[in-house]
Amino acid sequence: MATKSEKKTKADPKEEADLLGLDEEELRRLLRLMMLGRRFEEKAAEAYQTGKIGGFCHLYMGQEAVAAGAITPLRDDDHVITAYRDHVQAIVRGIDPKAVMAELYGRVDGCSKGQGGSMHMFDRSLNFMGGHAIVGSHVPIAAGVGYAIRYRGGDQVCLCLFGDSVVNGGPFHEAFNMAAKFELPVVYVCENNSYGMGTDISRVAAVEDLADRACAYENMASYSVDGMDVLAVRGAVQEAIDRAREEHLPAFIEAHCYRYMGHSMADPAHGTYRSREEVEEHRQDDPILTFRRRLIDAGVVSEEDYDAMDREVIEEVEQAAEFAEQSPKPDFGDIYEYVYSGEYPDIDRRDAWR
Amino acid sequence: MAVITYREALNQALREEMERDESVFLMGEEVGEYDGAYKVSKGLLDHFDGNEWRVRDTPIAENGFAAIGVGAAMAGLRPIVEFMTFNFSLLAFDAVVNSAAKIHQMSGGQFNVPIVFRGPGGAAIQLAAQHSQVPDAWYSHVPGLKVVAPATPKDAKGLLKSAVRDDDPVVMIEGELLYNIKGEVPEEEYLVPIGKAEVKREGTDLTIVAHSKMVHQALQAADTLEEKHDLRAEVVDLRTLRPLDIDTVLESVRKTNRVVVVEEGWPQGGIGAQVADDVQREAFDWLDAPVARVAGLDVPMPYARNLEKQVFPDAKHVVRAAEHVCYLDQD
Repeated sequence: MATKSEKKTKADPKEEADLLGLDEEELRRLLRLMMLGRRFEEKAAEAYQTGKIGGFCHLYMGQEAVAAGAITPLRDDDHVITAYRDHVQAIVRGIDPKAVMAELYGRVDGCSKGQGGSMHMFDRSLNFMGGHAIVGSHVPIAAGVGYAIRYRGGDQVCLCLFGDSVVNGGPFHEAFNMAAKFELPVVYVCENNSYGMGTDISRVAAVEDLADRACAYENMASYSVDGMDVLAVRGAVQEAIDRAREEHLPAFIEAHCYRYMGHSMADPAHGTYRSREEVEEHRQDDPILTFRRRLIDAGVVSEEDYDAMDREVIEEVEQAAEFAEQSPKPDFGDIYEYVYSGEYPDIDRRDAWR
Repeated sequence: MAVITYREALNQALREEMERDESVFLMGEEVGEYDGAYKVSKGLLDHFDGNEWRVRDTPIAENGFAAIGVGAAMAGLRPIVEFMTFNFSLLAFDAVVNSAAKIHQMSGGQFNVPIVFRGPGGAAIQLAAQHSQVPDAWYSHVPGLKVVAPATPKDAKGLLKSAVRDDDPVVMIEGELLYNIKGEVPEEEYLVPIGKAEVKREGTDLTIVAHSKMVHQALQAADTLEEKHDLRAEVVDLRTLRPLDIDTVLESVRKTNRVVVVEEGWPQGGIGAQVADDVQREAFDWLDAPVARVAGLDVPMPYARNLEKQVFPDAKHVVRAAEHVCYLDQD
């Protein structure tokens, strides 16, 4: 009779009873980043509804603890790569909300100069390597960044975030196999919000616990954490980063979270695949309100501090929208500017009556 | 000049570029310990002291290792990703087309992807439908990629070296049936520029445009045309499929006024279709006959040798097309 193989390296993240030992400034920073992310997405939703933002627009409300917990432990010389639900990851990494909003508006001051849009935020100066919109495609790209780090003998790591749907696809397994075998310093964070668009992950994944997937690979540490708890995410990711830096080994962290909005702005928040009640229930477990309560209880912030911070981030996203509005649209005369990095003869030979 | 094989020329290019620039590395199936499925990478792992970071054997996972190449290139290395054959590159189409070709533009020019995807394309002998495909048109369709397809050892070496030094992704389609052909290759360092065609044989009566294996069929056809009809055919080797060097083609057409375009791949949406379009738009008044195209037959490659020979375009098909554009097949 076949038996399920024992999990090899599934690790328990450190206790976080003492707020991970983070100082008050850092704790407030985490809270503020989540608040900024939430308010930013609310503004983006509004701008989308008024037609200022086009295309697909995948919002992050509900998942803020994952980006804030996973990206903040990185060093400046580390790398981040993520999927298409990327606005808040970009902001947490340090891209000015103005540049993220301008990108959503398709303007030249956008962090990708209006060429990428919602799904393709980039910032080379911050080693923020995109915004990738083919499910799973960036998982092996992250391994390649890890390859380059090892190649040069560096001690940086690459953090790669993606949604739960990725774990059922080929690129995930190809990347995990090689990251583990070649010993690449990549920390993979799966934002398991339970749904791949409108399909419950349990309906399409032949494994109950997604973290088990990573246990198939030697050298790969695997964690399962509460993705609605910023410190739980931060603790596990910090541990995985330390291990990747010191031992050049990859890790997988499944962060259980929940998105309040539809898959994208084109989709309803609830409907055939989940009920209004389910969404409301998860909103009771809001990562920002939970962390706020915790920091108030610990005396790190007061109600007044929180309200002041909220006013501040609202003002910041208002300014971002104003900035985006004022930023010029890209000039059609530069249409071929970014196709190649160098000169490219004849690219306009076939202008097809433009 | 030394006379070496196309395979040896590629091997020299790999070795020289990896010696010149430490950020250049080779990865793919069987490239290291096994010395390469077609021995193009022979001796490289040993030459680089068994350093697996420089010559990396991968599992059979094309999308995975091609995308690892993309990530490494984004992070500043210069990977050369070998596909054992380009048929298998279809599993990596996402990495090449959705990632490598797009990242420079999507990032507003912040990240470039200096990577080479290389390996043999086209039919060999009786390998049947899944191992005989010609990827030339597929990749040359994609803005963001450059595509080269050399016909001779000299061009193979010079173009591979240029591809490695290029700051954008380059797809280099070699020919499995070309690996053993011999040709003169300069002893000294040289590059063949990407985007430049070359006249492989001068002529005045018609122009035969070809690339890769078909250059040899075109040259053979030119000999036949001279013997049979006293026609002087000019053979233009495109060498690069994106960007196409249409100026060199046009210059030849303005001299000869007749064109045959030859390719191994399928006819619909082929390289020849693009060349014919460029020629009719830019040299319409210079043409004395419609552009003729020779291509592979529009079927998946069958296994049976007699059928395969008919599907594969060869010199006699080129001669037939040439006679047609010269109105020699009229009653």
